[in-house]
Amino acid sequence: MEYIVEMLHITKRFPGIVANDDITLQLKKGEIHALLGENGAGKSTLMSVLFGMYQPEEGIIKVRGKEVHMKGPLDANARGIGMVHQHFQLVHNFTVLQNIVLGAETVKGGLLLMDGARKKVMELSEKYNLLVDPDAVISDITVGMQQRVEILKMLYRDNDILIFDEPTAVLTPQEINELILIMKGLVKEGKSILFITHKLNEIKEAADRCSVLRRGKYIGTVDVANTDKEEMSEMMVGRKVNLTVEKEEAKPKEVVLELKDVCVKSTREGHVKNVVDHVSLKVRKGEIVCIAGIDGNGQTELVQAISGIGPMDGGQLFINGEDMRGKSIRYKNTHGLSHIPEDRHKHGLVLKYNLAYNLILQQYFEPQFQKGGFLKKQSIYSYGEELIKKYDIRSGEGCYTTVGSMSGGNQQKAIIAREISRNPDILLAVQPTRGLDVGAIEYIHKELVKQRDKGAGILLVSLELDEVMNLSDRILVIFEGALTAELNPKEVSMQELGLYLAGSKKGGQEDGR
Amino acid sequence: MEDKKQRGQRSLLPLLSSISAIVVGLLIGFLVLLCSNASQAIPGFGAILTGALTHGMKGVGQVFYYATPIMMTGLSVGFAFQSGLFNIGTPGQFIVGGFGACYVGIMMKSLGGVHWIVALFASILLGALWGCVPGILKAFFNVNEVIAAIMMNYIGMYGVNWIVKSYKPMFNNLRNESNPVAATANIPKMGLDKIFPGSSVNGGFLIGIIFIVLIYLLLNKTTFGYELKAVGHNRDASKYAGINEKKSIIVSMAIAGAIAGLAGGLLYLAGSGKHIEVVDVLASEGFTGISVALLGFNNPIGIFVSSIFIAYLTAGGFYLQLYEFSVEIIDIIVAVIIYFSAFSLVVRLILARLRQGRKGGNKP
Repeated sequence: MEYIVEMLHITKRFPGIVANDDITLQLKKGEIHALLGENGAGKSTLMSVLFGMYQPEEGIIKVRGKEVHMKGPLDANARGIGMVHQHFQLVHNFTVLQNIVLGAETVKGGLLLMDGARKKVMELSEKYNLLVDPDAVISDITVGMQQRVEILKMLYRDNDILIFDEPTAVLTPQEINELILIMKGLVKEGKSILFITHKLNEIKEAADRCSVLRRGKYIGTVDVANTDKEEMSEMMVGRKVNLTVEKEEAKPKEVVLELKDVCVKSTREGHVKNVVDHVSLKVRKGEIVCIAGIDGNGQTELVQAISGIGPMDGGQLFINGEDMRGKSIRYKNTHGLSHIPEDRHKHGLVLKYNLAYNLILQQYFEPQFQKGGFLKKQSIYSYGEELIKKYDIRSGEGCYTTVGSMSGGNQQKAIIAREISRNPDILLAVQPTRGLDVGAIEYIHKELVKQRDKGAGILLVSLELDEVMNLSDRILVIFEGALTAELNPKEVSMQELGLYLAGSKKGGQEDGR
Repeated sequence: MEDKKQRGQRSLLPLLSSISAIVVGLLIGFLVLLCSNASQAIPGFGAILTGALTHGMKGVGQVFYYATPIMMTGLSVGFAFQSGLFNIGTPGQFIVGGFGACYVGIMMKSLGGVHWIVALFASILLGALWGCVPGILKAFFNVNEVIAAIMMNYIGMYGVNWIVKSYKPMFNNLRNESNPVAATANIPKMGLDKIFPGSSVNGGFLIGIIFIVLIYLLLNKTTFGYELKAVGHNRDASKYAGINEKKSIIVSMAIAGAIAGLAGGLLYLAGSGKHIEVVDVLASEGFTGISVALLGFNNPIGIFVSSIFIAYLTAGGFYLQLYEFSVEIIDIIVAVIIYFSAFSLVVRLILARLRQGRKGGNKP
């Protein structure tokens, strides 16, 4: 079998760090090749080398058997290499068609010729089963559809080496399945795909072969069919990783969080709808209750109503038995509530503040950190040092690191460190492991279980079925804003849970309804 | 130690880029001089650079005098910037503040020794009022503070014109401006007349410095500053953290307005013969504040330096007339420098990238 792209013995050094150390990556024609590695393992650097953004100190790149020297992304494009970035590069107020054509327009006498382009896009869309509406405006279509537009952009430019940079991070489980089907369709038509990820399930499902990087070094390439997930994760992390969470039986104690008939209304196009529909639930100290559901079924609104970031249009909310209606966010924050927010950049962190300042975001006004309105710099920074050490938050300049420059995993660790250190009675954890690699996920799961065993109640919201099954003591299924089932993770299978999430199975109502 | 050094280097970046903006701005200013009158360009340029010092200490005093109001409007803009707001309402806040000071200065003659202090408080109060209106609109109705502040500028300007004109005791109808304030309302010299004999500089300059220090402390050392900047950087995260972000926005705009109002008070109580002229022009001191803040990177200390720099150029610019340049040229040159202070952001990026290149990569 011929190789269509070969990166042989690539070494890229930055002062003080070898980002890529003698890495060899060979992509066969017509295969899906996964590139697996933790955050910071050197995947992005390797791709930047392939696209000519960095010049390697050693090693050669061959495309279709010929040695090439890439000088920039345009070079790579000219050789048929295209990439779907993790963050899409789309113009939001343009239509699908305009976005696809952008930068490769057919122009005659200064006028755009769109008819040919439209025909080609429609053909490609049908051929690969992408089903996009060329006249839809980007801001109106789902993230999954936007990704297909990105794929079409590559196909429109006749690229046949397609690189997907963590394409599933932003997708729902359904969309992930669809994406994998699309990718398989693409290779069937002779395209070759390099698939960057750290999710083992997807590699198992989609890829033919998998190359693993760890801390800038090439660990090996395996045939996915003959390798199980445990082996791959061991290659990636360098030690045995426990993919299932070890925890003892929960010992639930008194109720710490209680919701009665909570409603959140939303007005869309004149229709008023309950996005959270009469939700009643109880969380006791010492248990992890998971709200499982497909994205967009009201989880976000529910959690925001509890924390106070969003509105609560009806019902009652008790924390430690105290009625929290009309109480401020700060009151809740200082009366037992901690919240690991869904969007760490939007809500969780002030990206321009340094790490120490972010670690006291809800506590800066406490006597420990201020006196007479003046910040106590010394105790702020020593508190920061303490958390950094205790929770192993890695960053360039310790307390003084601007949080925006830290890796996603460490940003998340910082949030978790902050929220857990406040010794909450009730911890809202919304997708706490989103976008993180196996090592970090394992760590965060352990911390959550530790909190549970220390006697906190945890309300977990997760879209990952593995996480739901592994971590929770009780599962509440949310569908179209209402709780439709209460399940015991030990008694329900993954497939069954999937049916509940899709709304085709209901039952086992939460008590109090 | 390494950490400290790197942090130090990074804080030099804005300074380097501001300086490069100034150099480029001056060079282009020189081109402007060349274009308008080539034979006199070199002495003219010399006048810009050194004209302010022609009369020794008196000249220096004049520079400080010119710097005082724009230092305050600059501080107002920079402070609002730090909390994520663009206070383009400084001209309005400036003029209503000035009006408040003049009103007290003219009407309340029986106050004696504290007269000027009360007058300054009036300017602060009115400025704060003018500033907090856009703040309230922004916090509760999500009205863009730029639009609201521009409207407040016109309301302020026309309102002040109208009151000054129609209110007999205040209006000097021969010169179409406000009457002079009582002598007790003039800010004392506070000894500056001894150091800078013959110049118009007065205690207002020292008051300005006090405010620079106060705002610096407020922003960097207090929990209140922590809140304001957090809201400025990320409103959602601030809300999540339990910070009352509406209050922060309103208070921030009120403080910004108060400082700009004080700028008006400091100018019209300077005892230098400045009066509120009844003309339909927004106070230029207000807009210059935006330039001062930009050039000083919204940092109180930077604003102190940049206001003196711009005042220095303005003072030097008067001497351009000796070489048959019109005084507008100096405005153009200052404008060019400001223009390039936006360019200085680019320079900053380039410098940062160069350093990154040497250090290598984006990896931690």
